[in-house]
Amino acid sequence: MIRDPKDLKRYTASERANHWVVGMSFILLALSGLSFFHPAFFPLNQLFGGPVWARILHPYVGVLMAVSFLIIFLRFFKLNVMTKRDIDWLKRAHEMVNGNDHNMPEQGKYNGGQKALFWALGICMFLMTVSGILIWRAYFHFDITAVRLGVLVHAAVASVMIGMITVHVYAAIWVKGTIRAMWYGTVTRAWAKQHHRGWYRQVTGK
Amino acid sequence: MPLQSLDIKRRSATTTESTQARTPIEVAKLIDVSTCIGCKACQVACSEWNELREEVGENIGVYDNPTDLSAQAWTVMRFSEVETAGKLEWLIRKDGCMHCADPGCLKSCPSPGAIIQYKNGIVDFNEEFCIGCGYCVTGCPFNIPRISKEDGKAYKCSLCSDRVAVGQEPACVKTCPTGAISFGSKEDMTELAARRVEDLKSRGYENAGLYDPAGVGGTHVMYVLHHADKPELYSGLRKDPSISPMVSLWKGVTKPLATLAMASVVLGSLFHYVTKGPNEVSRKVEEEIEKEDAQ
Ligand code: HEM
Ligand code: SF4
Repeated sequence: MIRDPKDLKRYTASERANHWVVGMSFILLALSGLSFFHPAFFPLNQLFGGPVWARILHPYVGVLMAVSFLIIFLRFFKLNVMTKRDIDWLKRAHEMVNGNDHNMPEQGKYNGGQKALFWALGICMFLMTVSGILIWRAYFHFDITAVRLGVLVHAAVASVMIGMITVHVYAAIWVKGTIRAMWYGTVTRAWAKQHHRGWYRQVTGK
Repeated sequence: MPLQSLDIKRRSATTTESTQARTPIEVAKLIDVSTCIGCKACQVACSEWNELREEVGENIGVYDNPTDLSAQAWTVMRFSEVETAGKLEWLIRKDGCMHCADPGCLKSCPSPGAIIQYKNGIVDFNEEFCIGCGYCVTGCPFNIPRISKEDGKAYKCSLCSDRVAVGQEPACVKTCPTGAISFGSKEDMTELAARRVEDLKSRGYENAGLYDPAGVGGTHVMYVLHHADKPELYSGLRKDPSISPMVSLWKGVTKPLATLAMASVVLGSLFHYVTKGPNEVSRKVEEEIEKEDAQ
């Protein structure tokens, strides 16, 4: 829906749908995966119809996420190439986290933090997919050493990734006016000028 | 299968104590490889007692049949022909679960109570709670558990826990025609083994010995081997087995620590929000845009 014709377009409908498929499958994967991770989380399997169903469904959802992430990755990697100003931004990121963004260097469509997360997630997704396939006993029978390494990597990277996605989601909640980019696909000009001035100037010509 | 008459020492994926009040004796099965003739009566007794029927396979040129453990074959005889000191030896080992004191299968299992260790030492799978993930296969240092193709559950030798619970010996022990398999308290079996080892030594097998590997805390199925210095001769029986360090790392303190780390990221975010406040567009930028619109 168009809210204000002067809002700036950030994402197309298909990009948003793509992101939601990745996001929803990630949540399903995290909840079902955690149920095998430690007994404290075991009851989470009830959300999937019990432990056996959680075990059966998890890898299929994984395949869905791997494919949809790959598409999102190919769509956005060019926009996420790190530049000098991203490094400068990252060096000052602690000031912003501390509540003062007045001295932050001007940013393009994505800031250094978002770009760093993008590449870190790319690596994690790759590791999760490879290790997930190694331990998928319904279809595959890999060498025992590979399976042991797989289960270790899968559990370790899952913890790292859940942490990173928590930060990703929190950043969207913290920076007001961001979440709507995932609903409407647009952001206000003020939002863009404040957080991504380089991109604001590029799209508005100001 | 959990049995009321057997106290449980440990259950899988359980962080509180299991029943600890009673202290029954530890049991053990002793397999004397030197007196085994490979007749497979124990295999038959196992499938009779446990109602298991492996499909009739093909002859692959050696005596191994079935050729591997499966959900329908909880014990198999493994035959190997080896030359030691220029002389051919036919070594026959009855393979199956070792009932480790420190079981890698139980350590790996994510389903509460799907694997239990009774206080008498038997490690038992409770298939009712099995979710079919195969983590027990990943954790076992002896490559024992098998996932059934029919129901997706893990199966292995139960040391006839149902028979032991009512004071009987396992079916294989009862059947063995040469007396190569004995069953009793672990203490008695260790003593019996010592006598057998002494006898073997007196007959020229100077490396004879008991296989009760300390790396897994000892086992409740033990072997008397004529070549205890080279267990690999017996169809790859592992020398000094232990739970893989990768499995220990995966299932050790790392998990509670990772859980703590994930929880602190969530809580950290919440408290960041309430201590720093949300990151709104500044009044100044808003005014600039409003001014633009008014023009
Ligand atoms: C990308 C494709 C993925 C595949 C093919 C996959 C596959 C698997 C498989 C086969 C298992 C063993 C349990 C079962 O058989 O269901 C498993 C466990 C697990 N998965 Fe995944 N998975 C994937 C992605 C993910 C993602 C994105 C997450 C997390 C956020 C995740 C978190 C977990 C966790 C925490 C476990 C339990 C590990 C443990 O027991 O220590 N998985 N996964
Ligand atoms: S031999 Fe394998 S299946 Fe048997 S108790 Fe040890 S770890 Fe478990």
